[in-house]
Amino acid sequence: MAGSNPNAKPMNLTLKVWRQKNRDAQGNIVDYQVRDISPDMSFLEMLDVLNEDLLRQGQEPVAFDHDCREGICGSCNLFINGRAHGPEPGTTTCQLHMRKFSDGDTITIEPWRAEAFPVNKDLSVDRSAFDRIIQAGGYVSVNTGGVPDANEIPIPKSIADQAFDAATCIGCGACVAACKNASAMLFVSAKVSQLALLPQGQVERKTRVENMIAQMDKEGFGACTNIGSCAAECPVGISLENIAILNREFLAAKATSNNLA
Amino acid sequence: MNLDAKIPEGPLAEKWDKHKFNVKLVNPANKRKYDVIVVGTGLAGASAAASLAELGYNVKAFSFHDSPRRAHSIAAQGGINAAKNYQNDGDSVHRLFYDTIKGGDYRAREANVYRLAQVSVNIIDQCVAQGVPFAREYGGLLANRSFGGAQVSRTFYARGQTGQQLLLGAYSALSRQIAYGKVKMYNRTEMLDLVIVDGQARGIITRNLITGEIQQHAAHAVVLATGGYGNVFYLSTNAKYSNATAAWRAHKKGALFANPCFTQIHPTCIPVSGDYQSKLTLMSESLRNDGRVWVPKTVEMAERLRRGEIHVSQIAEEDRDYFLERKYPAFGNLVPRDVASRNAKMMCDEGRGVGSSGLAVYLDFSEIIKRIGAEGVSQKYGNLFAMYEKITDEDPYKQPMRIYPAVHYTMGGLWVDYNLQTTVPGLYATGECNFSDHGANRLGASALMQGLADGYFVIPYTIGDYLAQTPPKPVTTEHPAFKEAEANVRTQIQKLMSINGTRTPDDFHKALGHIMWEKCGMARTAEGLKQAKAEIQQLRREFWSDLKVVGVNEELNQTLEKAARVADFIELGELMVDDAYNRNESCGGHFREEYQTPEGEALRDDENYAYVAAWEWRGDNQPEVLHKENLVFENVKLTQRSYK
Repeated sequence: MAGSNPNAKPMNLTLKVWRQKNRDAQGNIVDYQVRDISPDMSFLEMLDVLNEDLLRQGQEPVAFDHDCREGICGSCNLFINGRAHGPEPGTTTCQLHMRKFSDGDTITIEPWRAEAFPVNKDLSVDRSAFDRIIQAGGYVSVNTGGVPDANEIPIPKSIADQAFDAATCIGCGACVAACKNASAMLFVSAKVSQLALLPQGQVERKTRVENMIAQMDKEGFGACTNIGSCAAECPVGISLENIAILNREFLAAKATSNNLA
Repeated sequence: MNLDAKIPEGPLAEKWDKHKFNVKLVNPANKRKYDVIVVGTGLAGASAAASLAELGYNVKAFSFHDSPRRAHSIAAQGGINAAKNYQNDGDSVHRLFYDTIKGGDYRAREANVYRLAQVSVNIIDQCVAQGVPFAREYGGLLANRSFGGAQVSRTFYARGQTGQQLLLGAYSALSRQIAYGKVKMYNRTEMLDLVIVDGQARGIITRNLITGEIQQHAAHAVVLATGGYGNVFYLSTNAKYSNATAAWRAHKKGALFANPCFTQIHPTCIPVSGDYQSKLTLMSESLRNDGRVWVPKTVEMAERLRRGEIHVSQIAEEDRDYFLERKYPAFGNLVPRDVASRNAKMMCDEGRGVGSSGLAVYLDFSEIIKRIGAEGVSQKYGNLFAMYEKITDEDPYKQPMRIYPAVHYTMGGLWVDYNLQTTVPGLYATGECNFSDHGANRLGASALMQGLADGYFVIPYTIGDYLAQTPPKPVTTEHPAFKEAEANVRTQIQKLMSINGTRTPDDFHKALGHIMWEKCGMARTAEGLKQAKAEIQQLRREFWSDLKVVGVNEELNQTLEKAARVADFIELGELMVDDAYNRNESCGGHFREEYQTPEGEALRDDENYAYVAAWEWRGDNQPEVLHKENLVFENVKLTQRSYK
């Protein structure tokens, strides 16, 4: 059964895969050969083939995170040939297809590298730092019930669209992996701008940005030096403009707020 | 067993208000003395966990993901229904109720569905207040679209990523409660058993997926919001980790499982491209608003297409059969999901399918592209077209999409009463995990609605009624039932790890999926179901004698996780087959070939099958026992669905 490209030839590839037993163990690159890879396979389906082979041989499969395989859950996070989510722009690892590679290629596959994202095992990393940043203020403090009618506050379409664009961040961490400083600024800025743009976010606007930045620093993410690799490698196109908004929000909050010591 | 749905007395429109007044309340000072476990943190779970914590309960929430934001609710594309009638087009709570009951082919409970329609309006208010960036009109008010067979525009949406935005809203509410310390969040932690003490749900046994640690957790009540079981079919639009284990283990501890054979096949998915296929990708139903579905008029032409002798662009207009428009002039391409799916299958069965496998039909956008231009189409569907091209390497602006139905949603689930309580006191099920609101077929944009309705606006009331009757004494894991459940979990893990056979969990899963899709999928027959049962039983024996798992329990071991889930899928698959065999009628997503109208539509048997089939586990290798909850329709007249 062939897919959309019946003439495409199966490929043989060499994989150089990061293997690491657990968080405390030392890791290393291990070479594997995979054969008869269809160009219509997704990158993760190619890894499935490797893992099934390994398992049948009684070896431990390569651990990696993935789930929806539709590019939206943000689980998958492979550093492929030195790039977050691989060579294809605007694409998560799960949506990367093998037709982007050629027969005989050697592909290096590593986990995200950042102090704030320790390796769980092999290619799986711990991104709970992102959750803690959201917990520090990435929300509007409304309880269930007792809220106004949804149409009570009109929001200009352009603002709603801009907020939406920022809100589409999938929390995969590619921005951190792509940044030479392992900065989380793009991730943080996406949430800060979304809520700073919307009327619902105004009440906590200042404390939110201050608290989220403080948590970001605490987690050990690096500083932003405005290089822009984050936005270039972001699979969902979160714009660098959000970082400008974040900086402005932060300065404005620092200058005028006395919410924090 | 007497299945009491506990539907409140009185007129339909007053039941919920009356019930909210009649339920017992837990006084605010006492709420902090109650612990509630919420398993699963998708829309239904995150909304429940956050809302219960806001009320003052102590919540422990569990997710097998690395973060609650990854739950598969995030992948819902099209939208969320609500009876706001913002468009002044005649929508109302009653109309949404009626459409849902009818769309479900009269196999859902009236009272639950009416409540769902009632609280739908509150959901939109709540989400907007959280900062969910729904689509808006130029005047700043919320936009709506018509969706999946509805004749009013009641669907709220956030481009093609509504599920993502709603989930991130619920996740933000949950995150806030985690920060307050009212929710203790356990990520990468999987529920492997339910603990019952003196007939009441009092806790769960979990496995930490990173360390393998088995833990006991006690609470005064347990809420399962663990999603559906579409992955029984191996290939589905569900995420790879979506599984039935928590619900199935609760079933084996006494919770009845209702209507397991009611599965929804979504008509517009990207077709299978090869044996390596790991999942199927949905193309939003909204595409059917503007795309036209067709196949070649003749088998000969379809064959030439499949062999690559001719290109789709060479097929003249008069040689195309727009079969949905032809058969259903009133609804055309917008017929409900089950009807659209079945018709696509019929075309392929006739030999008129396209694509190299012949298992696809076209979804053609040439007309709308002509009408509003590629730019206009890109604004509406740009992200979907891009995703299609990424996966198939074909440009839908230049040639029609190829689509085929795929398993998408499961209407069946744990049986719950009006309070969303299962047959185990203290155990609740919300969202796709329960069976309650969609009957035999779910309408588009109603899954998000139900998940959030249950979590934000139903469970916070109904669980209080139960807790108010439970003494506010601290619960502990002291009771021997915890030790026993933990021992069972350990034994099962040990068993899975020690078989040391030759076949991988995925291998068994694929085999199961094949049986289910062929014999318990879009069309079913008594004969096929009988064969399926025997094949599944055989597969189960092979699983427990030839499974291969490597590594150890005490580490991240994705093969072990998978093996345990496949073991449960196999058992659940057999129950689905039993249920499909028992239901000698066709309704909604359950199509038995023996029961169809002369026009090939689902033929219900209201006299004999207007009931919820709730199955009781009686032990390994024992047949499950069927209990019936008769459905009473006082407010709608049962009719043959017709979309002509």
